[in-house]
Amino acid sequence: MAQVQAKSAQGRTVQAKSWNWRPASIWALYALGFVPAVWYFYLGATGQIAGNAVKEFEHLLGIWALRFLIATLTVTPLRDLAGINLLRYRRALGLLAFWYVLMHFLTYMVLDQNLNLATILADIAKRPFITIGMACLVLLIPLAATSNAWSIRRLGPNWQRLHKLSYLIVLGGATHFAMSVKVVTAEPFIYLLLAFVLVGYRALRPRVMRWKKAQRLAASTR
Amino acid sequence: MASYRYPKVAASEITPRSVWLDRRRFLAGVGTAAALPLIGGGVAHAAALKTTPGPFNIDEEPTAKSDVTSYNNFYEFGTGKGDPSANSGDFQPEPWTLEVDGLVGKPQKFDLDSLHAFPLEDRTYRMRCVEAWSMVIPWVGFPLAALLDRVEPLGSAKYVAFETVMRPEEMPGQRGLFQPLEWPYVEGLRLDEARHPLTILSVGLYGETLPKQNGAPVRLVVPWKYGFKGIKSIVRMSLVEEEPVTSWSRLAPQEYGFYANVNPEVDHPRWSQASETRVGEGGFFNAARRPTLPFNGYGEEVASLYAGMDLRANY
Ligand code: HEM
Repeated sequence: MAQVQAKSAQGRTVQAKSWNWRPASIWALYALGFVPAVWYFYLGATGQIAGNAVKEFEHLLGIWALRFLIATLTVTPLRDLAGINLLRYRRALGLLAFWYVLMHFLTYMVLDQNLNLATILADIAKRPFITIGMACLVLLIPLAATSNAWSIRRLGPNWQRLHKLSYLIVLGGATHFAMSVKVVTAEPFIYLLLAFVLVGYRALRPRVMRWKKAQRLAASTR
Repeated sequence: MASYRYPKVAASEITPRSVWLDRRRFLAGVGTAAALPLIGGGVAHAAALKTTPGPFNIDEEPTAKSDVTSYNNFYEFGTGKGDPSANSGDFQPEPWTLEVDGLVGKPQKFDLDSLHAFPLEDRTYRMRCVEAWSMVIPWVGFPLAALLDRVEPLGSAKYVAFETVMRPEEMPGQRGLFQPLEWPYVEGLRLDEARHPLTILSVGLYGETLPKQNGAPVRLVVPWKYGFKGIKSIVRMSLVEEEPVTSWSRLAPQEYGFYANVNPEVDHPRWSQASETRVGEGGFFNAARRPTLPFNGYGEEVASLYAGMDLRANY
């Protein structure tokens, strides 16, 4: 965008920086992130998903929820180990995960079980894979509610502590997936493996950071 | 018993096999493999079958053919519902041999022509998948009992063991690192179940030969049991004395039993079997679940087979 001249309150002329694409790219990520849900919803609503359309939609939302959870937890190792900084997208990724889990749950509740509360409650209580899924959704609520600058400021170090719940959620989500399928296939195992690697990395992270610091020091004193 | 409704096309209007073969030869002559799928709505090899109305047809709206042929569980082609229609291109259901052996007086091999020589009937049945969805499928087939009569089972035969073809080179789900089931797929029935007039060997659906994804060229249909009992692409049937091993109960005995009768009162450990989604019914927003019926609604015909048995223990 062209450079803009403007008078500031103090009356000095300030040079506005060239257009900042960063906030727009975050909104683009939100827009892109909802494409699978919107597209599949459209296909389902217009009768273009073969077979058990509701189940297929429910599954698609579950898979994308898990993908966004994993993407959220990949931001930190990517910065530590590859020097790629996507931190500004992390909140959007986490919130997308939350919305997909919520849509997954609502699809199960409304379209699949027709709001039959007795069955839904029995499922949540009796079927371990659904109990785990529900626990993950409940744990996601405080995380989504505190994913804003104000909460980060207010909570201070507690914010970090609270958001460590995401490790439990990604492990729970991948376990829920692996338990939901009828047969052992590669897919749920790949997700479980990714979840374990990402959470396992957090345990190693202090050591990785110490090593990186030592490397930096060594480089600067050379 | 409900009245007969299907087929809508009179038998006399159905293209005779010879005419169809000519048409196929003509197309092959043109040399366009791409033209083949034009026959029979996208299913290569689909040929019209001469049939007569059979008994037990139910008075419910058949599930759209597009759903019946694109939403399948046939793990030999992959575990996704769309995999069987997408990945069965290399599979060759012709020629075919179905071998019947074991405790029989006359072991025999049946080729496609001899299978199609049985009097073929239209049988529109409910199909209830163990995953809590259901369809109504207009099968074409003949009673398994008719074939069993030909091989003359011995008095010692108590069960029929079935086996699906094993062809990793044509069936992508049978090769590779992660295999969901042990191959070949095997199933079994008690002899009285196998002889029940509801039990058919199907060679077609919607008036035409079976699409590959539905178990071409010959499969079992046992409408009061969960769909996985309906073993597909059968190459062997053996009459045996002991209860045969079946694929799903071997994999997860606490989830799938030998009998697998549709039973709304016995849940799968991970979901309720009390209700089901009828594929295609009500669309996306109104896919109202319907209650699952004991023996999938065929209780009047088959409940007596299990008199005195604990159906919770024998699930
Ligand atoms: C972090 C939260 C969750 C994640 C990541 C998640 C993810 C998934 C995934 C990936 C699948 C399998 C999709 C497939 O087979 O292709 C699935 C299936 C399922 N999930 Fe979730 N889920 C979550 C929470 C929930 C909740 C809260 C419920 C309901 C109380 C739920 C109910 C189900 C059901 C009923 C199935 C389908 C099982 C079937 O095939 O019938 N999930 N979920």
